[in-house]
Amino acid sequence: MSTNRDIAILGVGMHPWGKWGKNFVEYGVKAARDALADSGVNWRDIQFVSGAATIRNGYPGQVAGATFAQALGWQGAQVNTSYAACASGSQALAAARSKILSGECEVALVIGADTTPKGFLKPQPGDRPDDPDWVRFRIGITNPTYFALYARRRIEMYGDTLEDFAQVKIKNAQHGLANVNARYRKAFSAADVAASPMVADPLRLMDICATSDGAAAIIVSSVEYAKRIGKAKSPRIAAISTVTPSFASALVEMPDIATDSAVAVPAQSFRAALPKKAYEEAGIGPEDVSVAEVYDLSTALELDWIEDLQLCARGDAARLLREGATKVGGRLPVNPSGGLACFGEAVPAQALAQVCELTWQLRGQAGERQVANAKVGITANQGLFGHGSSVIVKA
Amino acid sequence: MSAVLNEQAAPVPVLEGWFTLDQQRPHLLGTRCTACGTYYFPKLKGYCRNPDCNGESFEEVPLSRSGKLWSFTNASYQPPEPYVQVDKDAFVPFAIAAVELEKEKMIVLGQVVAGTGVESLRAGLTMELVLEPLADGKLTWKWKPVA
Repeated sequence: MSTNRDIAILGVGMHPWGKWGKNFVEYGVKAARDALADSGVNWRDIQFVSGAATIRNGYPGQVAGATFAQALGWQGAQVNTSYAACASGSQALAAARSKILSGECEVALVIGADTTPKGFLKPQPGDRPDDPDWVRFRIGITNPTYFALYARRRIEMYGDTLEDFAQVKIKNAQHGLANVNARYRKAFSAADVAASPMVADPLRLMDICATSDGAAAIIVSSVEYAKRIGKAKSPRIAAISTVTPSFASALVEMPDIATDSAVAVPAQSFRAALPKKAYEEAGIGPEDVSVAEVYDLSTALELDWIEDLQLCARGDAARLLREGATKVGGRLPVNPSGGLACFGEAVPAQALAQVCELTWQLRGQAGERQVANAKVGITANQGLFGHGSSVIVKA
Repeated sequence: MSAVLNEQAAPVPVLEGWFTLDQQRPHLLGTRCTACGTYYFPKLKGYCRNPDCNGESFEEVPLSRSGKLWSFTNASYQPPEPYVQVDKDAFVPFAIAAVELEKEKMIVLGQVVAGTGVESLRAGLTMELVLEPLADGKLTWKWKPVA
Protein backbone atom coordinates (compact mmCIF):
# COMPACT_ATOMS: atom_id res chain seq x y z
CA MET A 1 0.00 0.00 0.00
CA SER A 2 2.73 2.42 0.90
CA THR A 3 4.50 2.40 -2.48
CA ASN A 4 1.68 3.81 -4.59
CA ARG A 5 1.00 6.47 -1.96
CA ASP A 6 4.53 7.85 -2.26
CA ILE A 7 5.44 11.13 -3.91
CA ALA A 8 8.87 12.12 -5.19
CA ILE A 9 11.09 14.95 -3.92
CA LEU A 10 12.57 16.49 -7.08
CA GLY A 11 14.30 19.48 -5.58
CA VAL A 12 15.00 21.33 -2.34
CA GLY A 13 16.27 24.80 -1.54
CA MET A 14 16.78 27.07 1.44
CA HIS A 15 17.62 30.66 2.26
CA PRO A 16 20.22 30.67 5.05
CA TRP A 17 18.79 31.18 8.54
CA GLY A 18 19.77 34.37 10.37
CA LYS A 19 18.55 37.83 11.28
CA TRP A 20 18.77 39.51 7.91
CA GLY A 21 16.24 42.31 8.38
CA LYS A 22 14.52 41.72 5.05
CA ASN A 23 10.96 40.88 4.02
CA PHE A 24 10.05 37.19 4.25
CA VAL A 25 9.10 37.17 0.54
CA GLU A 26 12.73 37.68 -0.48
CA TYR A 27 13.83 34.67 1.54
CA GLY A 28 11.05 32.54 0.10
CA VAL A 29 11.79 33.40 -3.50
CA LYS A 30 15.48 32.60 -3.06
CA ALA A 31 14.61 29.20 -1.55
CA ALA A 32 12.05 28.51 -4.32
CA ARG A 33 14.47 29.39 -7.11
CA ASP A 34 17.10 27.12 -5.55
CA ALA A 35 14.57 24.27 -5.26
CA LEU A 36 13.45 24.75 -8.87
CA ALA A 37 17.06 24.75 -10.09
CA ASP A 38 17.76 21.64 -8.01
CA SER A 39 14.74 19.88 -9.52
CA GLY A 40 15.31 20.90 -13.12
CA VAL A 41 11.61 21.80 -13.33
CA ASN A 42 10.67 25.08 -14.98
CA TRP A 43 8.64 27.48 -12.84
CA ARG A 44 5.98 27.64 -15.54
CA ASP A 45 5.52 23.86 -15.22
CA ILE A 46 4.62 24.07 -11.51
CA GLN A 47 0.89 23.32 -11.28
CA PHE A 48 0.29 23.94 -7.59
CA VAL A 49 1.85 26.36 -5.09
CA SER A 50 1.41 25.28 -1.48
CA GLY A 51 2.41 28.01 0.96
CA ALA A 52 3.08 27.60 4.68
CA ALA A 53 1.91 30.59 6.70
CA THR A 54 2.47 32.10 10.09
CA ILE A 55 0.42 34.72 11.89
CA ARG A 56 3.59 36.64 12.64
CA ASN A 57 5.23 37.27 9.29
CA GLY A 58 4.54 39.84 6.59
CA TYR A 59 1.63 42.11 7.26
CA PRO A 60 -2.15 41.65 7.28
CA GLY A 61 -3.37 41.00 3.78
CA GLN A 62 -0.46 38.85 2.67
CA VAL A 63 -1.27 35.17 2.21
CA ALA A 64 1.78 32.93 1.91
CA GLY A 65 0.95 30.79 -1.15
CA ALA A 66 -0.28 33.62 -3.38
CA THR A 67 2.43 36.02 -2.18
CA PHE A 68 5.19 33.66 -3.26
CA ALA A 69 3.39 32.77 -6.51
CA GLN A 70 3.18 36.45 -7.41
CA ALA A 71 6.80 37.13 -6.46
CA LEU A 72 7.92 34.22 -8.66
CA GLY A 73 5.67 35.54 -11.44
CA TRP A 74 1.97 34.69 -11.70
CA GLN A 75 1.68 31.80 -14.14
CA GLY A 76 -1.80 30.47 -13.38
CA ALA A 77 -0.95 27.64 -10.98
CA GLN A 78 -3.46 26.45 -8.41
CA VAL A 79 -2.68 27.89 -4.99
CA ASN A 80 -3.25 27.11 -1.32
CA THR A 81 -2.06 28.37 2.06
CA SER A 82 -1.76 26.29 5.22
CA TYR A 83 -1.49 27.58 8.76
CA ALA A 84 -0.70 25.12 11.52
CA ALA A 85 1.76 26.98 13.77
CA CYS A 86 5.14 25.16 13.73
CA ALA A 87 3.64 22.39 11.58
CA SER A 88 2.55 24.78 8.82
CA GLY A 89 5.24 23.46 6.48
CA SER A 90 4.17 19.85 6.92
CA GLN A 91 0.53 20.71 6.33
CA ALA A 92 1.49 22.58 3.15
CA LEU A 93 3.42 19.46 2.11
CA ALA A 94 0.38 17.30 2.92
CA ALA A 95 -1.82 19.58 0.79
CA ALA A 96 0.55 19.12 -2.15
CA ARG A 97 0.60 15.37 -1.64
CA SER A 98 -3.21 15.22 -1.65
CA LYS A 99 -3.36 17.14 -4.93
CA ILE A 100 -0.75 14.86 -6.47
CA LEU A 101 -2.20 11.56 -5.23
CA SER A 102 -5.72 12.58 -6.28
CA GLY A 103 -4.41 13.34 -9.77
CA GLU A 104 -5.31 17.04 -9.61
CA CYS A 105 -1.71 18.00 -10.28
CA GLU A 106 1.57 16.30 -11.03
CA VAL A 107 4.18 18.70 -9.71
CA ALA A 108 4.02 21.27 -6.92
CA LEU A 109 6.07 23.86 -5.07
CA VAL A 110 5.85 23.77 -1.25
CA ILE A 111 7.27 26.84 0.43
CA GLY A 112 7.59 28.54 3.82
CA ALA A 113 9.49 31.63 4.95
CA ASP A 114 9.59 33.82 8.03
CA THR A 115 10.88 37.14 9.26
CA THR A 116 10.97 37.15 13.05
CA PRO A 117 10.21 40.19 15.18
CA LYS A 118 12.91 41.72 17.34
CA GLY A 119 12.99 40.94 21.05
CA PHE A 120 10.98 38.46 23.09
CA LEU A 121 7.57 37.24 22.06
CA LYS A 122 4.90 38.75 24.30
CA PRO A 123 1.14 38.29 24.46
CA GLN A 124 -1.23 40.96 23.19
CA PRO A 125 -1.66 43.82 25.69
CA GLY A 126 -4.78 44.56 27.75
CA ASP A 127 -6.60 42.73 30.53
CA ARG A 128 -7.67 39.44 28.98
CA PRO A 129 -8.26 36.73 31.61
CA ASP A 130 -10.07 34.50 29.10
CA ASP A 131 -6.88 34.11 27.02
CA PRO A 132 -4.66 31.32 28.43
CA ASP A 133 -1.61 32.98 26.86
CA TRP A 134 -2.32 36.19 28.81
CA VAL A 135 -3.06 34.29 32.01
CA ARG A 136 0.18 32.33 32.11
CA PHE A 137 2.36 35.41 31.55
CA ARG A 138 0.31 37.24 34.21
CA ILE A 139 1.37 34.68 36.82
CA GLY A 140 4.95 34.43 35.55
CA ILE A 141 4.99 31.39 33.26
CA THR A 142 7.03 31.94 30.06
CA ASN A 143 7.90 29.67 27.11
CA PRO A 144 11.08 28.28 28.71
CA THR A 145 9.02 27.25 31.76
CA TYR A 146 7.39 24.43 29.80
CA PHE A 147 10.64 23.14 28.28
CA ALA A 148 12.26 23.31 31.71
CA LEU A 149 9.45 21.32 33.35
CA TYR A 150 9.90 18.55 30.77
CA ALA A 151 13.70 18.68 31.22
CA ARG A 152 13.49 18.50 35.01
CA ARG A 153 11.07 15.59 34.72
CA ARG A 154 13.79 13.71 32.80
CA ILE A 155 16.30 14.41 35.59
CA GLU A 156 13.85 13.24 38.24
CA MET A 157 12.62 10.14 36.37
CA TYR A 158 15.63 8.92 34.40
CA GLY A 159 18.64 10.47 36.07
CA ASP A 160 19.56 12.70 33.12
CA THR A 161 22.04 15.43 34.04
CA LEU A 162 22.77 19.01 33.03
CA GLU A 163 25.92 17.62 31.42
CA ASP A 164 23.75 15.39 29.19
CA PHE A 165 21.75 18.41 28.04
CA ALA A 166 24.98 20.30 27.37
CA GLN A 167 26.22 17.35 25.30
CA VAL A 168 23.17 17.68 23.02
CA LYS A 169 24.16 21.30 22.37
CA ILE A 170 27.80 20.37 21.78
CA LYS A 171 26.80 17.59 19.37
CA ASN A 172 24.38 19.73 17.36
CA ALA A 173 26.82 22.64 17.22
CA GLN A 174 29.40 20.24 15.82
CA HIS A 175 26.92 19.03 13.19
CA GLY A 176 25.98 22.55 12.14
CA LEU A 177 29.56 23.80 11.77
CA ALA A 178 29.72 23.04 8.05
CA ASN A 179 26.06 23.71 7.21
CA VAL A 180 25.92 26.85 5.07
CA ASN A 181 22.21 27.28 5.86
CA ALA A 182 22.71 27.26 9.65
CA ARG A 183 22.66 30.57 11.53
CA TYR A 184 25.04 29.58 14.32
CA ARG A 185 28.19 27.86 13.09
CA LYS A 186 30.38 27.76 16.17
CA ALA A 187 31.68 24.88 18.27
CA PHE A 188 30.80 24.86 21.97
CA SER A 189 32.48 23.16 24.91
CA ALA A 190 30.83 21.89 28.07
CA ALA A 191 32.43 24.86 29.84
CA ASP A 192 30.80 27.28 27.35
CA VAL A 193 27.36 25.85 28.04
CA ALA A 194 27.93 25.76 31.80
CA ALA A 195 28.97 29.42 31.68
CA SER A 196 25.77 30.53 29.95
CA PRO A 197 23.15 32.00 32.29
CA MET A 198 20.42 29.83 33.82
CA VAL A 199 17.08 30.89 32.32
CA ALA A 200 14.67 28.30 33.67
CA ASP A 201 16.39 25.72 35.86
CA PRO A 202 17.73 23.24 34.62
CA LEU A 203 17.91 24.97 31.23
CA ARG A 204 20.55 27.57 30.41
CA LEU A 205 20.44 30.11 27.62
CA MET A 206 22.41 27.72 25.37
CA ASP A 207 19.91 24.93 25.98
CA ILE A 208 17.08 26.94 24.43
CA CYS A 209 16.66 27.71 20.72
CA ALA A 210 16.37 31.21 19.27
CA THR A 211 14.00 32.50 16.57
CA SER A 212 15.37 33.26 13.11
CA ASP A 213 14.58 34.47 9.63
CA GLY A 214 14.78 31.75 6.99
CA ALA A 215 13.04 29.96 4.14
CA ALA A 216 12.75 26.44 2.76
CA ALA A 217 11.17 25.17 -0.44
CA ILE A 218 10.55 21.73 -1.90
CA ILE A 219 9.48 20.60 -5.39
CA VAL A 220 7.38 17.43 -5.14
CA SER A 221 5.73 15.38 -7.87
CA SER A 222 4.01 12.12 -8.63
CA VAL A 223 6.37 9.15 -8.95
CA GLU A 224 5.27 8.86 -12.60
CA TYR A 225 6.26 12.46 -13.31
CA ALA A 226 9.64 11.88 -11.66
CA LYS A 227 10.23 8.87 -13.91
CA ARG A 228 9.17 10.83 -16.99
CA ILE A 229 11.76 13.56 -16.39
CA GLY A 230 14.50 11.06 -15.62
CA LYS A 231 14.38 11.43 -11.83
CA ALA A 232 13.08 7.99 -10.91
CA LYS A 233 15.67 7.65 -8.16
CA SER A 234 14.58 10.77 -6.28
CA PRO A 235 13.91 10.33 -2.55
CA ARG A 236 10.25 9.62 -1.77
CA ILE A 237 7.95 10.95 0.88
CA ALA A 238 6.43 7.85 2.43
CA ALA A 239 4.39 9.44 5.23
CA ILE A 240 3.16 12.81 6.49
CA SER A 241 1.53 12.63 9.91
CA THR A 242 -0.32 15.74 11.07
CA VAL A 243 -2.62 14.18 13.68
CA THR A 244 -4.18 16.17 16.51
CA PRO A 245 -3.57 15.27 20.13
CA SER A 246 -5.96 12.78 21.73
CA PHE A 247 -7.87 13.80 24.85
CA ALA A 248 -6.70 13.71 27.64
CA SER A 249 -3.35 15.51 27.35
CA ALA A 250 -0.57 13.87 29.37
CA LEU A 251 1.64 16.99 29.49
CA VAL A 252 0.94 20.62 30.24
CA GLU A 253 1.27 22.19 26.80
CA MET A 254 2.16 25.80 26.18
CA PRO A 255 0.24 28.10 26.79
CA ASP A 256 -2.01 26.06 29.13
CA ILE A 257 -1.99 26.27 32.91
CA ALA A 258 -3.13 22.65 33.42
CA THR A 259 -3.46 19.34 31.59
CA ASP A 260 -6.80 17.82 30.72
CA SER A 261 -8.29 15.71 33.46
CA ALA A 262 -7.82 12.00 32.75
CA VAL A 263 -10.74 10.93 34.96
CA ALA A 264 -12.91 9.62 32.12
CA VAL A 265 -10.32 8.92 29.38
CA PRO A 266 -6.67 7.90 29.93
CA ALA A 267 -3.94 10.51 29.42
CA GLN A 268 -2.09 10.26 26.10
CA SER A 269 1.18 11.72 24.81
CA PHE A 270 0.80 13.97 21.77
CA ARG A 271 4.49 13.81 20.83
CA ALA A 272 4.45 10.01 20.75
CA ALA A 273 1.29 9.94 18.62
CA LEU A 274 2.85 11.94 15.76
CA PRO A 275 5.53 9.45 14.61
CA LYS A 276 3.28 6.48 15.43
CA LYS A 277 0.89 7.55 12.68
CA ALA A 278 3.82 8.20 10.32
CA TYR A 279 5.23 4.69 10.83
CA GLU A 280 1.80 3.16 10.21
CA GLU A 281 1.37 5.19 7.04
CA ALA A 282 4.81 4.31 5.67
CA GLY A 283 4.52 0.66 6.66
CA ILE A 284 7.92 0.74 8.33
CA GLY A 285 9.13 0.80 11.91
CA PRO A 286 11.66 2.66 14.05
CA GLU A 287 14.19 -0.14 13.39
CA ASP A 288 14.31 1.02 9.75
CA VAL A 289 15.29 4.62 10.56
CA SER A 290 18.83 5.68 9.66
CA VAL A 291 18.61 9.42 10.49
CA ALA A 292 16.21 11.76 12.33
CA GLU A 293 15.61 15.50 12.36
CA VAL A 294 13.74 16.44 15.54
CA TYR A 295 12.40 19.71 16.93
CA ASP A 296 14.98 20.57 19.60
CA LEU A 297 13.31 23.69 21.01
CA SER A 298 15.47 22.76 23.99
CA THR A 299 18.40 20.36 24.30
CA ALA A 300 16.45 18.11 26.68
CA LEU A 301 13.52 17.99 24.27
CA GLU A 302 15.73 16.27 21.69
CA LEU A 303 16.05 13.39 24.16
CA ASP A 304 12.26 13.26 24.61
CA TRP A 305 11.77 13.13 20.84
CA ILE A 306 14.25 10.24 20.43
CA GLU A 307 12.04 8.23 22.78
CA ASP A 308 8.79 9.44 21.16
CA LEU A 309 10.19 8.24 17.81
CA GLN A 310 10.69 4.84 19.53
CA LEU A 311 14.39 4.90 18.61
CA CYS A 312 15.06 3.64 22.16
CA ALA A 313 13.08 2.72 25.26
CA ARG A 314 11.55 5.50 27.36
CA GLY A 315 14.28 6.97 29.56
CA ASP A 316 17.18 5.59 27.48
CA ALA A 317 17.87 8.57 25.18
CA ALA A 318 20.64 10.02 27.35
CA ARG A 319 22.38 6.63 27.26
CA LEU A 320 22.27 6.72 23.44
CA LEU A 321 23.73 10.23 23.55
CA ARG A 322 26.51 9.24 25.95
CA GLU A 323 27.41 6.27 23.70
CA GLY A 324 27.80 8.68 20.79
CA ALA A 325 25.03 6.91 18.84
CA THR A 326 23.19 10.14 18.00
CA LYS A 327 26.08 12.03 16.45
CA VAL A 328 27.09 11.82 12.79
CA GLY A 329 29.27 8.72 12.65
CA GLY A 330 27.18 7.00 15.32
CA ARG A 331 24.61 4.33 14.56
CA LEU A 332 21.56 6.63 14.72
CA PRO A 333 22.43 10.27 14.02
CA VAL A 334 19.92 12.85 15.25
CA ASN A 335 19.81 16.41 13.89
CA PRO A 336 22.73 16.14 11.46
CA SER A 337 21.71 19.59 10.14
CA GLY A 338 22.59 21.05 13.54
CA GLY A 339 18.91 21.24 14.47
CA LEU A 340 17.18 24.23 15.96
CA ALA A 341 20.25 24.70 18.15
CA CYS A 342 22.13 25.90 15.05
CA PHE A 343 19.21 27.31 13.10
CA GLY A 344 16.85 29.00 15.55
CA GLU A 345 13.20 28.57 14.68
CA ALA A 346 11.69 30.11 11.54
CA VAL A 347 8.18 28.83 12.15
CA PRO A 348 6.59 28.22 8.69
CA ALA A 349 9.90 27.13 7.14
CA GLN A 350 11.21 24.85 9.87
CA ALA A 351 9.29 21.64 9.20
CA LEU A 352 10.23 21.98 5.51
CA ALA A 353 13.88 22.59 6.41
CA GLN A 354 13.83 19.22 8.21
CA VAL A 355 12.68 17.54 4.99
CA CYS A 356 15.32 19.43 2.96
CA GLU A 357 18.03 18.05 5.26
CA LEU A 358 16.73 14.49 4.98
CA THR A 359 16.66 14.86 1.18
CA TRP A 360 20.32 15.89 1.10
CA GLN A 361 21.17 13.06 3.49
CA LEU A 362 19.36 10.42 1.42
CA ARG A 363 20.99 11.69 -1.78
CA GLY A 364 24.41 11.58 -0.13
CA GLN A 365 24.91 15.33 -0.65
CA ALA A 366 25.29 16.44 2.99
CA GLY A 367 29.05 16.91 2.83
CA GLU A 368 30.86 16.87 6.17
CA ARG A 369 27.67 16.08 8.06
CA GLN A 370 26.73 13.15 5.78
CA VAL A 371 25.19 10.16 7.54
CA ALA A 372 26.72 7.04 5.99
CA ASN A 373 24.31 4.89 3.99
CA ALA A 374 21.20 6.90 4.95
CA LYS A 375 18.11 5.10 3.60
CA VAL A 376 15.19 6.22 5.76
CA GLY A 377 14.80 9.54 7.54
CA ILE A 378 12.10 10.77 9.88
CA THR A 379 11.19 14.22 11.18
CA ALA A 380 9.41 15.21 14.36
CA ASN A 381 7.93 18.59 15.04
CA GLN A 382 5.45 20.15 17.45
CA GLY A 383 4.00 23.61 17.84
CA LEU A 384 1.18 25.48 19.45
CA PHE A 385 -2.56 24.83 19.42
CA GLY A 386 -2.35 21.06 19.00
CA HIS A 387 -0.27 21.11 15.84
CA GLY A 388 2.64 18.83 15.07
CA SER A 389 4.00 16.63 12.34
CA SER A 390 6.21 13.71 11.47
CA VAL A 391 7.40 13.08 7.91
CA ILE A 392 9.15 9.95 6.65
CA VAL A 393 11.48 10.23 3.65
CA LYS A 394 13.02 7.14 2.07
CA ALA A 395 15.68 6.66 -0.58
CA MET B 1 -5.28 54.82 59.85
CA SER B 2 -4.50 53.88 56.29
CA ALA B 3 -2.84 50.68 57.48
CA VAL B 4 -6.05 49.71 59.25
CA LEU B 5 -8.04 50.44 56.13
CA ASN B 6 -5.69 48.29 54.05
CA GLU B 7 -6.06 45.42 56.45
CA GLN B 8 -9.80 45.64 56.18
CA ALA B 9 -9.88 45.99 52.41
CA ALA B 10 -11.08 42.82 50.70
CA PRO B 11 -8.20 40.89 49.09
CA VAL B 12 -8.14 41.25 45.33
CA PRO B 13 -7.43 38.08 43.32
CA VAL B 14 -5.26 38.29 40.21
CA LEU B 15 -7.96 36.32 38.36
CA GLU B 16 -11.57 36.70 39.45
CA GLY B 17 -13.25 33.39 40.26
CA TRP B 18 -10.21 31.17 39.69
CA PHE B 19 -9.78 30.32 43.40
CA THR B 20 -11.43 30.82 46.78
CA LEU B 21 -10.07 33.59 49.00
CA ASP B 22 -9.96 31.46 52.15
CA GLN B 23 -6.48 32.35 53.42
CA GLN B 24 -6.19 29.20 55.53
CA ARG B 25 -7.50 26.59 53.12
CA PRO B 26 -7.81 28.03 49.62
CA HIS B 27 -9.02 25.96 46.68
CA LEU B 28 -8.67 26.38 42.93
CA LEU B 29 -12.12 26.53 41.36
CA GLY B 30 -12.85 24.34 38.36
CA THR B 31 -15.84 22.78 36.73
CA ARG B 32 -16.83 19.15 36.34
CA CYS B 33 -18.89 17.60 33.57
CA THR B 34 -21.98 16.10 35.19
CA ALA B 35 -22.12 13.39 32.51
CA CYS B 36 -18.58 11.93 32.45
CA GLY B 37 -17.00 13.47 35.55
CA THR B 38 -14.10 15.15 33.71
CA TYR B 39 -12.69 18.13 35.58
CA TYR B 40 -11.70 21.41 33.95
CA PHE B 41 -9.31 24.09 35.16
CA PRO B 42 -9.71 26.84 34.21
CA LYS B 43 -13.48 26.44 34.29
CA LEU B 44 -15.11 25.13 31.14
CA LYS B 45 -18.77 25.57 30.37
CA GLY B 46 -20.72 24.77 27.25
CA TYR B 47 -19.56 21.47 25.78
CA CYS B 48 -17.44 18.70 27.29
CA ARG B 49 -14.12 18.09 25.47
CA ASN B 50 -14.05 14.35 26.14
CA PRO B 51 -14.55 12.98 22.59
CA ASP B 52 -16.86 10.25 23.93
CA CYS B 53 -19.06 12.60 25.93
CA ASN B 54 -21.91 14.82 24.79
CA GLY B 55 -22.18 16.53 28.17
CA GLU B 56 -23.38 20.13 28.25
CA SER B 57 -23.93 20.50 31.97
CA PHE B 58 -21.16 21.51 34.35
CA GLU B 59 -20.95 22.06 38.08
CA GLU B 60 -18.44 24.37 39.75
CA VAL B 61 -16.14 22.39 42.03
CA PRO B 62 -13.21 23.19 44.32
CA LEU B 63 -10.13 21.21 43.23
CA SER B 64 -8.01 19.18 45.63
CA ARG B 65 -5.82 21.41 47.78
CA SER B 66 -2.79 19.13 47.56
CA GLY B 67 -1.00 16.85 45.16
CA LYS B 68 2.36 15.38 44.21
CA LEU B 69 5.09 17.44 42.62
CA TRP B 70 5.38 16.26 38.98
CA SER B 71 8.16 18.64 37.96
CA PHE B 72 9.51 22.08 38.75
CA THR B 73 11.62 24.94 37.44
CA ASN B 74 12.16 28.62 38.12
CA ALA B 75 12.07 32.03 36.49
CA SER B 76 15.61 33.40 36.72
CA TYR B 77 14.61 36.55 34.83
CA GLN B 78 11.56 38.75 35.20
CA PRO B 79 8.85 37.52 32.82
CA PRO B 80 7.49 40.07 30.31
CA GLU B 81 4.17 41.88 30.82
CA PRO B 82 1.42 41.26 31.80
CA TYR B 83 3.58 39.92 34.67
CA VAL B 84 3.84 42.90 37.01
CA GLN B 85 7.11 44.63 36.34
CA VAL B 86 9.31 45.77 39.20
CA ASP B 87 12.66 47.49 39.15
CA LYS B 88 15.14 45.06 37.60
CA ASP B 89 17.26 45.01 40.77
CA ALA B 90 14.20 44.28 42.88
CA PHE B 91 13.17 41.18 40.91
CA VAL B 92 13.47 38.02 42.97
CA PRO B 93 13.59 34.74 41.00
CA PHE B 94 10.79 32.36 41.93
CA ALA B 95 10.25 28.62 41.52
CA ILE B 96 7.38 27.15 39.50
CA ALA B 97 5.72 23.81 40.21
CA ALA B 98 3.67 21.35 38.18
CA VAL B 99 1.52 19.46 40.67
CA GLU B 100 -0.43 16.30 39.94
CA LEU B 101 -3.85 16.15 41.58
CA GLU B 102 -4.76 12.53 42.26
CA LYS B 103 -8.54 12.75 42.34
CA GLU B 104 -8.83 15.03 39.31
CA LYS B 105 -6.03 13.22 37.42
CA MET B 106 -4.62 16.48 36.15
CA ILE B 107 -1.45 18.54 36.49
CA VAL B 108 -1.75 22.20 37.49
CA LEU B 109 1.02 24.81 37.26
CA GLY B 110 1.64 27.62 39.70
CA GLN B 111 4.39 29.58 41.36
CA VAL B 112 6.03 28.09 44.43
CA VAL B 113 5.81 30.15 47.65
CA ALA B 114 8.43 32.86 48.10
CA GLY B 115 11.59 31.62 49.78
CA THR B 116 11.44 28.08 48.42
CA GLY B 117 13.88 27.51 45.56
CA VAL B 118 14.37 24.58 43.21
CA GLU B 119 17.18 23.20 45.39
CA SER B 120 14.64 22.17 48.04
CA LEU B 121 12.25 20.51 45.59
CA ARG B 122 12.10 16.98 44.18
CA ALA B 123 9.48 15.05 42.24
CA GLY B 124 6.93 13.29 44.41
CA LEU B 125 6.88 15.88 47.21
CA THR B 126 3.43 16.65 48.58
CA MET B 127 2.52 20.23 47.72
CA GLU B 128 -0.39 22.23 49.05
CA LEU B 129 -2.18 25.29 47.76
CA VAL B 130 -1.67 28.64 49.47
CA LEU B 131 -2.35 32.27 48.54
CA GLU B 132 0.35 34.91 48.22
CA PRO B 133 0.39 38.37 46.69
CA LEU B 134 2.16 39.24 43.43
CA ALA B 135 4.22 42.44 43.27
CA ASP B 136 1.09 44.54 42.73
CA GLY B 137 -0.56 43.11 45.85
CA LYS B 138 -3.07 40.99 43.97
CA LEU B 139 -3.42 37.47 45.33
CA THR B 140 -2.49 34.41 43.33
CA TRP B 141 -2.39 30.70 44.10
CA LYS B 142 0.97 29.17 44.85
CA TRP B 143 2.25 25.71 45.72
CA LYS B 144 4.04 25.07 48.99
CA PRO B 145 5.89 21.90 50.03
CA VAL B 146 4.22 20.19 53.00
CA ALA B 147 6.77 19.93 55.78
